[in-house]
Amino acid sequence: MIKKLMKSIREYKKDSILTPICVAVEVILETIIPLLMANLIDDGVYGGEMNLVYKIGLELILCAVLSLVFGVLSGNFAAKASSGFAKNLRKDLYYKVQDFSFINIDKFSTSSLVTRLTTDVTNVQNAFQMIIRIAVRTPLMLIISLFFAISISPKLSLVFLIIIPILAVGLFFILTRVHPIMKRVFRTYDDLNNVVEENVSAIRVVKSFVIEEKEKKKFGKVSKSIFDDFSKAEKILAFNSPLMQFAIYSCILAISWFGAQIIIQTGMTELTTGELMTMFTYSIQILSSLMLLSMVMVMIAISKSSAERIVEVLDTQSDIHDPKKPIMEVKDGSIEFRNVSFSYVKDKKKECLKNINLKIKSGETIGIIGGTGSGKSSLVNLIPRLYDVTEGELFVGGKNVKKYHLESLRNQVSCVLQKNVLFSGTITENIKWGDENATEEDVKRVCKLAQADEFVSQFPDGYNTYIEEGGTNVSGGQKQRLCIARALLKHPKILILDDSTSAVDTKTDSLIRKAFREEIPDTTKIIIAQRISSVEDCDKIIVMDKGRIDGIGTHEELLKKNKIYKEVYDSQTKGGDADEE
Amino acid sequence: MKNKIQIRKGTIRRLLGYITKKYKKQFVIVLICIIFSSIAQVAGSLFLQILIDDYITPLLGEPNPVYTGLLGAIGIMVIIYLGGMLTSYLYNRLMALVAQGVLKDIRDEMFDKMEALPIRYFDTHTHGDIMSHYTNDTDTLRQTISQSLPFCIQSVISIVAILCAMIYLSPVLTIFVLIFSALTIFITRKVASKSSKNFINQQASLGKVNGYIEEMLNGQKVIKVFTHEEKAKEAFDKLNEQLNEDMYKAHKYSNILMPIANNLGNLQYVLIAIVGTVLALNGNLVLSVGTIVSFLQLTRNITQPVNQVMNQMNAIIMALAGAGRIFEMMDEEPEQDNGYVTLVNVKKEGDKLVEVKERTGIWAWKHPHHDGTLDYVELKGHIELDHVDFGYVPEKIVLHDISLYAKPGQKIAFVGATGAGKTTITNLINRFYDIEDGKIRYDGININKIKKADLRRSLGMVLQDTNLFTGTIKENIKYGKEDATDEEVIAAAKLANAHDFIERLPKGYDTKLTGNGSELSQGQRQLLSIARVAVNNPPVMILDEATSSIDTRTEKIVQDGMDKLMEGRTVFVIAHRLSTVRNAKAIMVMDHGRIIERGEHDYLIGLKGMYYQLYTGAFELE
Repeated sequence: MIKKLMKSIREYKKDSILTPICVAVEVILETIIPLLMANLIDDGVYGGEMNLVYKIGLELILCAVLSLVFGVLSGNFAAKASSGFAKNLRKDLYYKVQDFSFINIDKFSTSSLVTRLTTDVTNVQNAFQMIIRIAVRTPLMLIISLFFAISISPKLSLVFLIIIPILAVGLFFILTRVHPIMKRVFRTYDDLNNVVEENVSAIRVVKSFVIEEKEKKKFGKVSKSIFDDFSKAEKILAFNSPLMQFAIYSCILAISWFGAQIIIQTGMTELTTGELMTMFTYSIQILSSLMLLSMVMVMIAISKSSAERIVEVLDTQSDIHDPKKPIMEVKDGSIEFRNVSFSYVKDKKKECLKNINLKIKSGETIGIIGGTGSGKSSLVNLIPRLYDVTEGELFVGGKNVKKYHLESLRNQVSCVLQKNVLFSGTITENIKWGDENATEEDVKRVCKLAQADEFVSQFPDGYNTYIEEGGTNVSGGQKQRLCIARALLKHPKILILDDSTSAVDTKTDSLIRKAFREEIPDTTKIIIAQRISSVEDCDKIIVMDKGRIDGIGTHEELLKKNKIYKEVYDSQTKGGDADEE
Repeated sequence: MKNKIQIRKGTIRRLLGYITKKYKKQFVIVLICIIFSSIAQVAGSLFLQILIDDYITPLLGEPNPVYTGLLGAIGIMVIIYLGGMLTSYLYNRLMALVAQGVLKDIRDEMFDKMEALPIRYFDTHTHGDIMSHYTNDTDTLRQTISQSLPFCIQSVISIVAILCAMIYLSPVLTIFVLIFSALTIFITRKVASKSSKNFINQQASLGKVNGYIEEMLNGQKVIKVFTHEEKAKEAFDKLNEQLNEDMYKAHKYSNILMPIANNLGNLQYVLIAIVGTVLALNGNLVLSVGTIVSFLQLTRNITQPVNQVMNQMNAIIMALAGAGRIFEMMDEEPEQDNGYVTLVNVKKEGDKLVEVKERTGIWAWKHPHHDGTLDYVELKGHIELDHVDFGYVPEKIVLHDISLYAKPGQKIAFVGATGAGKTTITNLINRFYDIEDGKIRYDGININKIKKADLRRSLGMVLQDTNLFTGTIKENIKYGKEDATDEEVIAAAKLANAHDFIERLPKGYDTKLTGNGSELSQGQRQLLSIARVAVNNPPVMILDEATSSIDTRTEKIVQDGMDKLMEGRTVFVIAHRLSTVRNAKAIMVMDHGRIIERGEHDYLIGLKGMYYQLYTGAFELE
C-alpha cells in the first residue's frame, strides 16, 4: 500500500529526502546544546575562566542559530514535499477516474469518489508530512538524547531503563484503551448527524406530524451517548498528564538523589554539577519525545483507512479498453444485437438483459417503452460500449463494437443520458462539448433542431448565459433540450435519447421529433420514453419487460397484440380511470 | 477577501455562561487544581537551586558527607510532586467532564431550538449551512473547550508561577527573559499572520479544486459519453497546480512556526546562560550556581506555555466564530403559537358533544370563549380560504386574493406551472407560513385560533420528497402515532397498497431503513409515506405532487393507494400529471398567484382556456 502511494512523490523526491535530513541536523544541534551548557557551568561558573565562557558561549549561539536555520529549512522542504505529494496523488486519482468505465463509476458511487479525492487526500497528506518530520524528529531526539545521557553517566542513565518502559507501557495502555472508544464516538457522531440531517430535510414531515418532542428525545439519546463515550475516553486520557509527570518527576528526584551522591563522593570527577543539570534536560527531552511519538503513531494510524480508500481507487483497473488495431470509422447507423445478455455484476442470476436479438437498420427511428428496471437504459448503454455485453455479440455499422476505437465509437454514437448534467459555463461552452471546433452557426443550428434556440435567444445574455453547476438555473425541460443539442453537435450516426424529453411539453417534444425526421434522416434514432406520445410515430417500437423484449412493432400493431403496451397506453389516455376498460 | 474572522459580540461571556451555569463548583476546583499543579512544577525547578547550593556545593570535599538533609528535601519534593500529580489528574478529569457536559448542553439546546424554528428558516437556509452548525462549528468548539481552553488556562497560570519564581531568583535575569520573550512573540506573530493569510488563499483554492472535482465526478458519465476526458484533465491540472502553490505557501509558514519558536527558546536559554555566567563571574551580581541552574530550568519551562498559548490562539478565534454562528441559530425567533382551540376526543350524548379522555374516534375542537364559556365543534374537515393574500417576503406578494372552500369529503385540485403558488396555499393551511391578509377557517374556526400542533395533527400530508426516517418500516408507518397497534399498522399499509411489497421483503415490517429508505424504490417509499398518513386517519389531506417522480406504471399502484385513502376525506391535491385530478370536485388553475380558472374537468375543457392547453400538453408544467 505504501509503495503504491509513494509513486506519487515523483518530482518531490528531493524535498522528501531533504526534509528528514534537515530535521536530523536540527535535532543533533539541539541535543548538543545541553552538553555545551554543562561545560559552560562547569568551566565557566565553577572554573571562573572568562575566555572559556566566551568560547563556549559562541559555540552555543552558533548551535542555536544553525538549529534555527535547519528547522526553518526542514519546515520549508516539508511543505513543498507534502503539498507536491498531495498534488500528484490528487492528479493520479483524478486521471484514474477519468479512465474508469461505467461499471467502475457505479461501483464507487460519486460521493465516495469525491470523498476519496478530497478529504482522504488531505488526511494522507497530513500523515505524510508528519512522517517525514515529526516521526523522524521524535525517535531521533529520543535516541540521541539517550546516547548523550549514557555518555555522561552510564550509572544515572539506569534510571531511564526503569522509567522509559513504565511510561511506554502506561502510554500504550491509555492509547489502546482510548482508541476504540474514540472510534465508536466518531461513528456515533455519524448517527447524530444523521438525525439532524433527517430532521433538516424532513422538517415539513416532522412539523406536520407534530413529532418534535419525539425527535428531540431521539437526538438527546444520541447526544447523551456521545457524552458518555467521550467522558469514558477522557477519564482514561486524564491519566496521561499525571503519568507523564510521574515519569519526569521520578527522573528528576532519582537523578538528584543519586547524582548528588556521585558528585560529592567522586569530588566532581565522575559527574559535575553542570552535567547533572544536563541530565535533567535530557530526561525531559527523552520522556516528552516518547509521549509525542505515541501521539504521532495514533495520528498515522487514523490516516490508514484514508490511505486504503485511496489505494482502492488506484488499484482499480478499467475493464473497457481500446482494441489492438482499432477501427476508427463507423460505417453507418445499423445496429444488431445477437443473443446479448447483460449483467452489471457479471452474475447470471442478476441479468438485467436476457438473450436479446434485435436488428435496427441505419436511419430508422426506434422507440423503447417499459417500466422502471425493465432494461431499457441497459440496452442502449451497450451500443456506445459504455458497458460490455456479458454474453453474445453487438454490432454497430456491421462491426463488433469491441473492435472500434472507443473515442471514435462514442463520437459517432451519441447518447443523451437519463441522468444528464450541464456543467458550469456558458450555454455555448456546454453545447460545444459535442465538438469544440464548432462555429457559432453550428451551435445555433443544433439548438434549433432541439427546439432550444427559441428560449436561449430570449435570455438576456443569449448563448452566453452562464449555466450554474448542475444546470440549476434553467428549467428541467430546457436542460433536457440543451443536452439534446449538445449530443447533436457530434454529428452522430446513431443518436440515443434515454428518457430525455420527459420534462418537455408534448408539443415541443413532437417538434423535436419532426426536426429529427426532416433534418437528420440518415441518423439512427433511438428514443426511450415514458409517454406513448413520444414514440407512437416511430418506425418500430420495442416494449421491454424484465430484461426481455416483450414486443416489437408499430404503434398500431402493438396496440392490437401487446398487453403491456396497451395497458400503458390506456393509463395515459384515460387518466386515473384506467381500470374501467 | 476578508482576512479577519468576525466574532459575534458577547460570545465569550455566553460561552462562559454555559460553564458557570451548571458547573461552577467543578470549574472552581479545576482552577485551584491547575494553580497547585503549576506550583508543583515550578517548585521542581526551584528545588534544583536548593539541591545544588545547599546539598551539593557545601558537601563537596567533606570526608563524611551526611545525606539526611538531602533525603529530607527529597521527601518534601515527593510530597509536593504527588500533590501535583493528583491535582493534575483531578483537573484533567473534571475539565473533561465540564467540557463534554457543556458541549452536550449546547448540542441539545441547539437541536431543541432548531425543532422550534419556523419552516421559513429552513426554506431560507441551505441544508448544508444548517448541518455545518452541528459538524464544523461544534467540532472546532469541541476541540477548543476540551483542549485549547484548559491548555490556555494552564499555560497562563504556569507562566505567572514561573515568572514569580524567576523574580524570586533573579529580577535582573527576569528582565532579560521578558525582553527576549517579547521579541519571540513579536516574530512568531509575524510568521503566524503570514501563515493565516496564506491559509485563506489555500482554503479558497482547495474549495475550487474540490468543487471542480465534485462537479466533474457528478458528470463523469457525461464526460465518458462525450469522450471529454482529456479536456477534463487539462482544466483540473491547472486548478491543481494553483492549489499546490497556495498550499505550499500556507504550509511553509505554519511549518516553520514551530522550529522558530522552539529554537528561539533555545537561543534564549543559551543567552540567559551566558549572561548569567558573565554577570556572576564579573561579580556584578550575586548568583550562585544553583540559582543559575534553577533559573535556566525555569527559562526552559517558560518557552513551552508561551508557545502553547500562541498556538491555541488561532484555534480559539476559529471556535469563537463557530460558537457565534451556533448562538445566532439559537437566537432565531422560534415559531409562535397563540392558538387556544384544541383537539379533543368526544362522545355524542344526544345532540351534545361531551369531552372524554379515551379514544372514541370522534374528535372535536374545544373552543373556549372570552366570556368563559366552552364550545365543542365536531371535527369534519371543512376548509375555507377567504380573500387570502400572502408573500414570503412582505414586498413580494405571491398569492393574490385567494378564495375557495372545500366541504368535508371533497377533492380540490391545484394545477399550474411551477411558481404559480400551488404549494404556497398548502403551506398556509397547515400554518407553515402565516397569511398577510384574509382568513382561513377550519370547520368555521379561524386557524390562527387553533393550536398549531392540533391543527397539523388534523391534516395529513404526502409530499413529493418522501423523507423516511432511519428505523424499521413499522416504526416509519407509525411515525405520527406512536401508540398504533400492529393491526393498525397493517391496516394502514393495506389501505395504501404497501402491504404486499412489505410482506415480500425478507424481514417484512421489521426491515430496517437507512438513508431515507434508499433500499426501496421511489414508488415503494411513496407508498410507505401514504401508509404513514393513513395511520393518523386525518379528516383533511394534502397531496403535493405525490406521484410526480414515479414512472407511469408504478404510479397506477400508488394512485390506487391514494384513491382509497382519499375516500371520505377532504383532499387538496397538487398534481403534475393532470390525468390524476380529473375526478376532482373542483380544479383550480393557478397562474402567478391567482386562480384564473376553476371548476370541474369537463367544464374547464369546454372553456378551452389555460387548463385545456395544459391538458393537451401545449404547455410545459416544469
